[in-house]
Amino acid sequence: MKPYIAVFKLRVINGLQYRIAALAGVATQFVWGFMYIMIFEAFYRGFSGTQAISLEQLATYIWLQQAFLYFLYLWLKETEISESITSGSIAYELCRPCGIYGFWFAKLIAHRLSGTLLRCAPILVIAFFLPIPYRLSLPPDPLTFLLFVVTLLLGLIVVISLSMLAYISIFVTMSPIGSFLVFSVVGEFFSGFVLPIPLMPIWLQNIVYLLPFRLSVDLPFRVYSGNIPTNDAIIGILTQIIWIIVLIAVGKFLLTKMLKRVVVQGG
Amino acid sequence: MIKIEGLSKTFKVARRSSGLGEAVRSFFSPKYSEVNALRDVSFSIDEGEIVGYIGPNGAGKSTTIKVMSGILVPDSGDCNIMGYVPWRDRVQYVKNIGVVFGQRSQLWWDVPIVDSFELLRDIYRVPEDNYRKNLNMLTETLNLSEIINTPARQLSLGQRMRCELAASLIHDPKILFLDEPTIGLDAISKIAVRNFIKTINKENNVTVILTTHDMNDIETLANRIIMIGKGQILYDGNLNKLRDKFVTHKTVTIDYNENASPIELNGAALLSWSKDRATYAVDIKQRGVSDVISELSAKLEIIDVAVDSEPIEEIIIKLYKEHQV
Repeated sequence: MKPYIAVFKLRVINGLQYRIAALAGVATQFVWGFMYIMIFEAFYRGFSGTQAISLEQLATYIWLQQAFLYFLYLWLKETEISESITSGSIAYELCRPCGIYGFWFAKLIAHRLSGTLLRCAPILVIAFFLPIPYRLSLPPDPLTFLLFVVTLLLGLIVVISLSMLAYISIFVTMSPIGSFLVFSVVGEFFSGFVLPIPLMPIWLQNIVYLLPFRLSVDLPFRVYSGNIPTNDAIIGILTQIIWIIVLIAVGKFLLTKMLKRVVVQGG
Repeated sequence: MIKIEGLSKTFKVARRSSGLGEAVRSFFSPKYSEVNALRDVSFSIDEGEIVGYIGPNGAGKSTTIKVMSGILVPDSGDCNIMGYVPWRDRVQYVKNIGVVFGQRSQLWWDVPIVDSFELLRDIYRVPEDNYRKNLNMLTETLNLSEIINTPARQLSLGQRMRCELAASLIHDPKILFLDEPTIGLDAISKIAVRNFIKTINKENNVTVILTTHDMNDIETLANRIIMIGKGQILYDGNLNKLRDKFVTHKTVTIDYNENASPIELNGAALLSWSKDRATYAVDIKQRGVSDVISELSAKLEIIDVAVDSEPIEEIIIKLYKEHQV
């Protein structure tokens, strides 16, 4: 475990260096957050009857989404890994006495964690003091908050085990852009990043619930706002664990297969 | 220590001619051709040797290094290094080797060098005492104390290469693979790198296999060379023997007090002559250089003598030509 912890540590240290990028990120996230809430506010006004998710819950959902963007966004790409495949510097990683899967996994967790640490605090703090309906509200009770933390962390693992598949596909496509474009367009929509899932038509919701993507974004944020009750949250956690086991098994299998026929690019 | 037998590896390479038409055509039916990077390569290397692995570009040097360091899986052939098959026992095996790819970097670009070293310490599970000891030794011999706290991106190539070398030796490897360790370095850095390789070989008995295009590297470091061309081994043996085989003449240049007429010698062709200087190509199979000089000194009042043998580069070129690579 020590090597993986070490690479995790160094990647966090590395990630914490990019302060200006984080600052710019925070500003962007505020703009997006306000924009989304305003759009939904307009929709809600023009619509009589009750929605599956209240505007206050939706505002909370969107602020969490903006604050934890770096944590859960599927298109977030760790360029070092993709470059190591396309440029061939993966050669060095293959000379280390560790499994590549675990090595990359640790790097990816650290990458997302360091980015989030730099970005989430200002967004969360300010969003707490905004006027209603823009305010980020507190979770209904401590248990909900605990469930939120668990689903959020498991959600991170789901995202990373999913994105590992995208990194592995680079061995075949040799193009990180292509791999991630397909992956993120599909993933982002089905995870509830573009449109919160309760606002989708029922037939689409049925599809979304079958896929693993929603376990990353939709589940933790709706657990926080109380839109998903405790029982469903616990079922959600179990589903997360099952998906994580499946995704990691598939990823490890594919990576082993790829490494057998790996070609180190560029001489 | 290293035993390689019948190693072969082919790569599939996409090929097309230039132009838009060709690009469109290859979009629908890409053409591939096979490149035999290694063809039946066999050799063995003993503990403590320094072996220079040479050959023209694209000969298969790096491929061999990559197979030996467990990165590539060959199509056929056996490779046994310290009892391991590199690609099969990769994780167990790589603890025992250090690798430097001259064209790539193993240092983290944005963090100080020492952070990269500490990561390697943890990855290889080097005990703290050993790490301290090795780090001190490496810092001293490679003169790293001033640059170790600087991020890799702010180092010059020579400084970085010294750090790369250090990084590959933190875990006390038994074998060191160096793929063009002196590429792009200035003369001073090259000498520093060479001296270091020598030291590490002598003091820690590290087996070193290095590829290079710089014949000075080979001359100062390796007593044995393996030459590869088009994926096949062309020469494996002592550098001096290679020289004996290919060096047939030595050039003797003498300066003397004015002399009117040129002197003809047996077994030495007169290349040029002037009033105060003459150059001879001595056929060393026919007569010795000292013999020629003593004959000349009897006839002339010699001021200065210079003996040049063919540089190793020329020999290698001859060898490449002989094998048409």
